[in-house]
Amino acid sequence: MRSDKPSDSTKEEDPNKSAVEAITDPTKGIGAIKNVTMNTPLDQERIKRGEEIYNMKCQACHKLDDKRVVGPGWKDITTRRKPEWIMNMILNVDVMLEQDEEAQKMLELCLMRMPNQNLSIGDARDVLEFMRQNDGEK
Amino acid sequence: MKTNIVYRGLSVLVILAGLVVWQGCKPKAPTTVTMGDAASKVYVAPGQYDEFYNIVSGGFNGQIGVYGIPSGRLFKILPVFSVFPESGYGYSEETKPMLNTSHGNVPWDDLHHIALSTTKGEHDGRWMFANANNTPRVARVSFKSFRTEEILEIPNSGGNHSSPFITENTEYLVAGTRFSVPMGGKDVPISSYKENFKGSISFIKVNPESGRMNIAFQLRTPGFNFDLSRAGKGASHGWFFFSCYNTEQAYTLLEVNASQNDKDFIMAVNWKKAEEYLAQGKGKVEKVKYAHNIYDDKTHSATTTMENEVTVLDVMEFPDIVYFIPCPKSPHGCDVDPTGEYIVGSGKLAAMMPVFSFTKLQAAIAAKDYEGDFNGIPVIKYESALHGEVKKPGLGPLHTEFDEKGNAYTSFFVSSEIVKWNVKTLEVLDRVPTYYSIGHLSVPGGPTSKPHGKYVIAYNKITKDRYLPTGPELTQSAQLYDISGDKMKLLLDFPTVGEPHYAESIPASMITPNSTKIYKIEENENPYAAKGEGQARVERKGNEIHVYMTAIRSHLTPDNIEGVKVGDEVYFHVTNLEQDWDVPHGFAIRGALNAEILIMPGETQTLKYKPLVPGIVPFYCTDFCSALHQEMSGYLRVSAAGSNTPLKFSTGVIEGEASGAGH
Repeated sequence: MRSDKPSDSTKEEDPNKSAVEAITDPTKGIGAIKNVTMNTPLDQERIKRGEEIYNMKCQACHKLDDKRVVGPGWKDITTRRKPEWIMNMILNVDVMLEQDEEAQKMLELCLMRMPNQNLSIGDARDVLEFMRQNDGEK
Repeated sequence: MKTNIVYRGLSVLVILAGLVVWQGCKPKAPTTVTMGDAASKVYVAPGQYDEFYNIVSGGFNGQIGVYGIPSGRLFKILPVFSVFPESGYGYSEETKPMLNTSHGNVPWDDLHHIALSTTKGEHDGRWMFANANNTPRVARVSFKSFRTEEILEIPNSGGNHSSPFITENTEYLVAGTRFSVPMGGKDVPISSYKENFKGSISFIKVNPESGRMNIAFQLRTPGFNFDLSRAGKGASHGWFFFSCYNTEQAYTLLEVNASQNDKDFIMAVNWKKAEEYLAQGKGKVEKVKYAHNIYDDKTHSATTTMENEVTVLDVMEFPDIVYFIPCPKSPHGCDVDPTGEYIVGSGKLAAMMPVFSFTKLQAAIAAKDYEGDFNGIPVIKYESALHGEVKKPGLGPLHTEFDEKGNAYTSFFVSSEIVKWNVKTLEVLDRVPTYYSIGHLSVPGGPTSKPHGKYVIAYNKITKDRYLPTGPELTQSAQLYDISGDKMKLLLDFPTVGEPHYAESIPASMITPNSTKIYKIEENENPYAAKGEGQARVERKGNEIHVYMTAIRSHLTPDNIEGVKVGDEVYFHVTNLEQDWDVPHGFAIRGALNAEILIMPGETQTLKYKPLVPGIVPFYCTDFCSALHQEMSGYLRVSAAGSNTPLKFSTGVIEGEASGAGH
C-alpha cells in the first residue's frame, strides 16, 4: 500500500524527530516549527501567495467552510490549533501522523493520510496567513 | 549509497553444499559451479540497496530493463522504442510523437546496445543512449527521470546496429548502418550491390548541457555491413573503430557468401580529420527526411520536428579519414582497452583474436605501410598494426570488456564461455562456462577509461534447462560472475525481459542522489494542466471534449460528466496534484481503444477516448493510491449523436433523482 511506504530514506537525518519539543508543548505538534510570530494587520502579500498555494495543492481535499470532504474544512482551524501545530502538520506530516495524538485522531476520522505536498517553510507560513484571513482576522 | 551485504549463516552453506552434491548425481543436469558463499555475495537484505544499476537492452521488446547488481532484481522496464500500455508511453497524446519517424508512427523496435554518457572517459551518470536496429534511430534517456527524452531518426541507414557508441567526453555518439543500401531510396536491382549500395556512419553531436542530439555529419563508405564499434580514448581519443563484415559485398545467403574472406576489416576513423574537412566546407549537403522527437519535462509533452538535410563526407574522396585494418573472419566486437592503446578484434568465425596497437597503427599510417586499398581506401598491413594474437582462446569470440587490473574478458558464443586474458601479455588466465551461448558481456565500467570491476555479467542467447519451463518460449537470462579474485566465480543466474544484447552497469551512488521524485506542480507547463481543483473543468470545441481533470488521493475532479455525444472525441487531461514521492495515479476508461495512462506527481497526461455508443461509462484510478483507492472513480454519460444533453460536470454534487433525465 503506497500510503504506508516509508518516506524518502535518502534524506538527511530528520532534525524534527527530536520529541523534546513535543513533550514541552504537545499542542504545538512535532517538527521544525517551534514558534510562529503572528502580526496584525495580516500580511496581504502572504495571503495572496497562501491562497495560490491553497488553490493548487490543498483545495482538492480541504474546503474553506466547516465541511469535511477528504480532510477537515478549514473554518476556525486557527482557533482550534496552534499555528505551530498547523505548520508542522503541513511540513512534517509523516512524523505527525506517526507520533502526534491530535494528528492521529484526524487520521482515524478521515482514514486518509494527508499527503506531503512539498511546501517550504515560507509556503506553509503563507498558507497559515490565508487561514487566518479565512477565519475572519484582519 | 550504502550497500549492506548480509552474510547468511552456516545453514545456507550446508543447504547449498547439499544442492551441489545432489546436482552432481543427476545426469546432464544444468551444471552448478557456484561456490559455497555465492548466495551471501548476491544477497541484498530486504530494504537494502544494490551496489550497481544494470542498464540492460531489451532487444526485441524495444525497452531497457533496469536491474540491481549483485541481486539481479528487476526494478523497471523503461520504454524507449516500443509502446508501453502500462504507463501509456506511445499511447498518451503527450508521448505519441516520441515514436514518429519519416515512415509514420513506428510503435516497435529492436533495441540492442546501451551507452552511458562519459566525461574524460569515465561514467558521469547523466544519460543512457540506445539504438533502434530496425527503423534506424537513437534515443537518449535521462538518468534523473529514467525516461526517454529524445529520439533521433537516422537517415541513409539500412538498420542501426553499430550504435550508439560514444566518445570519451560524449562529444559524439555514432550510428553505423548494419545493412548497406542505395542512398536516396534509389530503385535498382539488388544484384547491383557493388555499384549502388553504400554504407553510412552518422556522427551525432551531443549538447554537453542539454544532451540534445543532432547529426553533425555522415561518412559515406563502401557498401558492406557495420557491426559494432568503440571510440578511442586517452591517446587514441579522436579515433573511432568499427568492425565490418561482408567485405565480400554479398547480397544473398550471407551466411555463406559473406564468410568467404579470410579477413574482413576493422575500420579506423580519424574523426578529428573529418571535422577539419567539414570546417573547410568539404561536406556535401544532401536532402533527406528524418524525425527528431523531444520530450520536454516541463510541458510533459513530446514534439516532432522533421529534419531535411544532412552533411555527408564520402571517405572514398578523403583517404586520410579512414583506414582499414584486416581482421580475421567477420569481426563482431571491436573493443578498446581502458588506456586506449589496444583494440581487440573478435572474429566470430576465427580461432584466435588479434589485438591491435594504436601506436603501431599510427606508425604504419605514417610509413604508408599498406598492403593495398579497398575502393581507394588504404588497407594497413595486418602485422604492422598488430600487438599480438590471443592464441586458441575459444570458439566464436564476440565481445570483450576490461577490468581495472589490465585484464580482458571475452565472450565466446560457440564454446559458451568467458575467457579472461591479460591485455599486454595476451596470456589466457582463466575460463568459465556460461549457460548457454553467451552474446555480449559487461563489466561495470568495462568500456570506460576507469572500470569499476568486481563483476562480469554474461548475457546469454539460450536458456534451455536453467529455469522452470514456460512453454516453447523460455525466459531470457543473464549470469553474474565474481571477478575480484584470480579465478572467475559464478554467483547468480537471473532472468531478464526481452532479449538482453548489451548492458552497462554504473555505481548506484552516482545515480540515486539525483533521482527525480516529483514534478513540481508550479512548474507544470502542459497547456492542458489543471493546477488545482479550481481549474478542473470540461470544455467543448466542436466535436472535441477537453476534460481538465485533477487526481489526488482519492478522487478525480470532475467525476460526473454529462453532455458528451457519440461522435465526440474526448480528451482526458489528467493532472496529478500530489507532490509526494511514489504517488502516481492512473486513469482508465471502459472500452478505450488505446491504453491507460499513469500520471506522476505534478504531471499532466492525456488519454483520448472516442465513445461509440450511448450509455454510462465508468472511469477509475488504476494505481492503488490509498485506503479509498477503490472509490477513486467516476461516470461519463454518453448521449446519442444529435441529442441535446447539456454539457455539465461536477464532483461531490448530489442531485435530485430526476435531474438530467429524459433528454
